[in-house]
Amino acid sequence: MSQSLYLQVVNLLSALLLLIAFAMLSQRRVVGLITLFAWQGLALALSTTIVAYSTGQHHLYYSAALTVGLKVIAMPWFFFRLIRQLDAHREVETLFNVPTTMLVGIVLVVFAFNLAQPISQMSGTVTRSILGIAMASVLLSFLMMITRTKAIPQVIGFLAMENGLFLAATSATYGMPLVVELGVALDVLVGVLILGIFFFHIRETFDSLDLKHMESLKER
Amino acid sequence: MTIGILIQIAQTLLAVLLAPLLMGWVNQCRAWLQGRSAPPILQPYRTLIKLFHKDAIVAHGATPLLRFAPYVFFGCMALAAGIVPMVANDLPFSPAADVIALVGVFALARVFMALAAMDIGTSFGTLGARREMLVAFLAEPALLMVVFTASFVANSTQLTTIVEALAHRAFAIYPSLAFAGVAFWMVAMAENARIPVDNPTTHLELTMIHEAMILEYSGRHLALIEWAVALKLFTYSALGLALFMPWGIAETGNFAAMPLAVLALLVKLAAGGFALATIETFLAKWRLFRVPEFLGTAFLLGVLAMLVHLLLEV
Repeated sequence: MSQSLYLQVVNLLSALLLLIAFAMLSQRRVVGLITLFAWQGLALALSTTIVAYSTGQHHLYYSAALTVGLKVIAMPWFFFRLIRQLDAHREVETLFNVPTTMLVGIVLVVFAFNLAQPISQMSGTVTRSILGIAMASVLLSFLMMITRTKAIPQVIGFLAMENGLFLAATSATYGMPLVVELGVALDVLVGVLILGIFFFHIRETFDSLDLKHMESLKER
Repeated sequence: MTIGILIQIAQTLLAVLLAPLLMGWVNQCRAWLQGRSAPPILQPYRTLIKLFHKDAIVAHGATPLLRFAPYVFFGCMALAAGIVPMVANDLPFSPAADVIALVGVFALARVFMALAAMDIGTSFGTLGARREMLVAFLAEPALLMVVFTASFVANSTQLTTIVEALAHRAFAIYPSLAFAGVAFWMVAMAENARIPVDNPTTHLELTMIHEAMILEYSGRHLALIEWAVALKLFTYSALGLALFMPWGIAETGNFAAMPLAVLALLVKLAAGGFALATIETFLAKWRLFRVPEFLGTAFLLGVLAMLVHLLLEV
């Protein structure tokens, strides 16, 4: 009974993760986007902790701690500092209007759920039904990267995609080996730092963080 | 059976009589939260009594529809209040309509109000009616998605069975119902003309939705409409409680649990009213063209709830 209660809580948290992915898709402001990203990281960390506790997979604790440290505290703090320095907390521009994006998002969720159905049946873990949600949140983050024109929302989309991948790894195989997870976390951290430097250079060159200016960078 | 009918009548009367009290409570909470001195909690009753004592004035050229519509509106809401399980489950009247028919009853009331508002042909009435229909046609699919989710969980569209399944079966966490609950809350805000969609206390004709429709009414007609609006809020709250927090509703044939059920209902409604007032305090009324986005989000949450149910809970 308690085992199934843990599973229900994990299901609830992963459903929450999907909901936050949708909320990020509809969010118009950069500040709200970063806050939602932090909450998504927290939901991921909680569900990872509960999976770790209920299945006795101790290395998942480290994974959860990494998620809290990096994605709930360090990166949002870094982004908040960045938008203050760049003075970039104006509205996020989207290519399509929000309701259209949401409808596309629903189609993606249906697609991901159908795609995950046969795969999750091959997996032997108790949390295998979450795989569909993980894939859906990866696809939704993709969609966010596609529909946003500014640099910071695109990077947040990239990081949210990584959240989805971690959820997929936790649900399908109880997480990747610790070395891999440490490597990925380090990569993401370094990536964000480098992209932060890039933001300054992009703004210095184009006077804007809008990435459509980069289309004019062509070799002659 | 006789006892069942008596309890049915008592429950419907309870809803009809307590509805203005809920309205008064919400107004009072809202005043407190906004730092105003609150009107007494019985103020809606006084307004109703005052309006019932006044003469009803009907415009020249009004068809009987205008007089008729308030009675239909009130009748529909009283019918809905009889169907939704509030205190006792499986009353003799509840097989009369399942949740889908209940949504239809709400739609019937709305159509009559919109037609009556267009009847005289004043521009504000027409404007209000059109806006109301815009909100309604966006809210209804979202509401249906919500009730479909609850029906999937309980394997039935009968409210009785849904309450039975959720309240008296082994406890389980349903992520789908959490989503559906948020969607239901958004739909209820829109349907009851509460703040992000419509301001119930507005006096500015250009931003009105519901108020613009009833500008032509006075006297007992207006009193009936006000009462029916309060009853609609009460019934929507009770429907939400029945779908998402049915704990406390007495089981079929268990009459001893009924005083406790009344107490549970009152506590839940008081908490819900306070939450409604809090949300209304923190939000501003949105422009009309943001309303499709608001209700689109509600629809999306409803669809998502159904998908999550199919993925996680089957």
